[in-house]
Amino acid sequence: MNADSTGRMLLSAVVALILTVLPLPPWADMIRPQFLVLMVLFWSVYAPRTGGIALGFFSGLMLDVFQGQVLGEHALALALITYMAVLEHQRIRSKPAFQQALFVLLALVIYEFVLFAIDGWTGHAVTSWLRWLHTVTGALLWPFASAILAYGAGRRA
Amino acid sequence: MAAFGTGAGRPLQGRGGSGFRFTLYAFLAVVVMYLDQRGHYLEQVRYVLQAAAYPIQLLVSSPPAAWRWLKQTLQTREALQAENARLRGEARDLELRSMRYEALARENGELRALKEALPPVAERWLPAEIVTVQVNGLRQQLLLNRGASNGVFKGQAVLDDKGLIGQTTHVGPWSAEVILITDPEHAVPVRIERTGLRTIAVGAGDSGSLALPYVPSNADIVAGDLLVSSGLGGVFPAGYPVARVTEVHRDAVQPLAQVRAMPLAHVDTDSEVMLVWFRADHPAAPVTPQPAARPEALGQLKSGNPAMQPQPAVHVPDSTPAAGGAAASGAAAPPAPQAGTTAAPPVAREGQPQ
Repeated sequence: MNADSTGRMLLSAVVALILTVLPLPPWADMIRPQFLVLMVLFWSVYAPRTGGIALGFFSGLMLDVFQGQVLGEHALALALITYMAVLEHQRIRSKPAFQQALFVLLALVIYEFVLFAIDGWTGHAVTSWLRWLHTVTGALLWPFASAILAYGAGRRA
Repeated sequence: MAAFGTGAGRPLQGRGGSGFRFTLYAFLAVVVMYLDQRGHYLEQVRYVLQAAAYPIQLLVSSPPAAWRWLKQTLQTREALQAENARLRGEARDLELRSMRYEALARENGELRALKEALPPVAERWLPAEIVTVQVNGLRQQLLLNRGASNGVFKGQAVLDDKGLIGQTTHVGPWSAEVILITDPEHAVPVRIERTGLRTIAVGAGDSGSLALPYVPSNADIVAGDLLVSSGLGGVFPAGYPVARVTEVHRDAVQPLAQVRAMPLAHVDTDSEVMLVWFRADHPAAPVTPQPAARPEALGQLKSGNPAMQPQPAVHVPDSTPAAGGAAASGAAAPPAPQAGTTAAPPVAREGQPQ
């Protein structure tokens, strides 16, 4: 909405990106939620005009550079679920945290399915079921992550 | 200023606006994917993005690096002395061994009727530090702190003191991504050192093991065999140790044996690896199809000259292990010309019926 909230959004994006690429032991890496995706979902729901689909697209492009097989796959997946979140932001925002987490689970599953499909089409298929694990941990983390982000966003407004 | 999280944000202009923007970005993403996957037109874009990503990767890997540095700095005098003595002993051992190696190399050169011993195939080494390791069941990659500004190129071999580690996939100005030989998408052409059988070792998916999916059931291969690089494929030179066979499983109804091997390089304990440049004119250098010869050879194939068609593997009359290995590896790489001959167009060489 203005330069201040854009700055806070970018700051949270950098923090989320660092959490996403932080080296962890393999077991922790498996259950690590996609922090950047949660961050994008938060801003799409709570400030759809600040971030929106552009934020999703460029965050996805950053993810592609760090861990993508093909440039653009995370960008497409994130743009898609950002679009869904922006469309439904009024309805999601008014729901209690538990129902919000269910929506986040659905969004993360769609996100991972798009990645799964693109990986398969481009010949980099990863069929391990472990790749779906982060959707559950992400949904479980959502109430806390959104509370922290809302606190940070509202506090310094 | 509307507070976030209170539902006081103004509504959007309408659903049509965000729908149009989504279509635009989705189209952009698909175009980017197509260009990156098909044409590799985006090398420059990737180069810039990788440069932008490097500070974050460096920042993220700084706590472990700082911990290592602290541990090294606070080591006691006794520990350092003990390590020094051990390293000195190792250096002496290696010197003795390399003395013998030089004598052997000279003898080998004389046996090959060459005037003098050949220089080593590795022309230049560059040590590189591992910045981040992404080793899990899905992707096995490293990030090194050397890039195009150090002369690193795409598809360069990465070794440690025990054996092959992998090759560079994307090179940024100051950093390079390395795909490990244990990544499920990586395949390295190898030769069994004991028998000379050539085959291909692919990453098995679980960290720290390789699979050899193209070994016939009747091939002479046992647990403990050393696999060395065969020099095919254009990345790794011939004769570098790759892995040791750990298990061989033969099934009477399966035409292929199931073979597992353990890589010799220890990526999880290394903090430094070597980027290597090889002499292109050395007999053990990686064999690459000559770029000028390839389209020509393909053109001959298209014109339907039967003498130029590669013969199917089933027509090879003798079934010695070496021939079986060549037929098996032919699926991904053309059978090698003998080391020491020049690299001729592979299709023309293959086309001569026996």
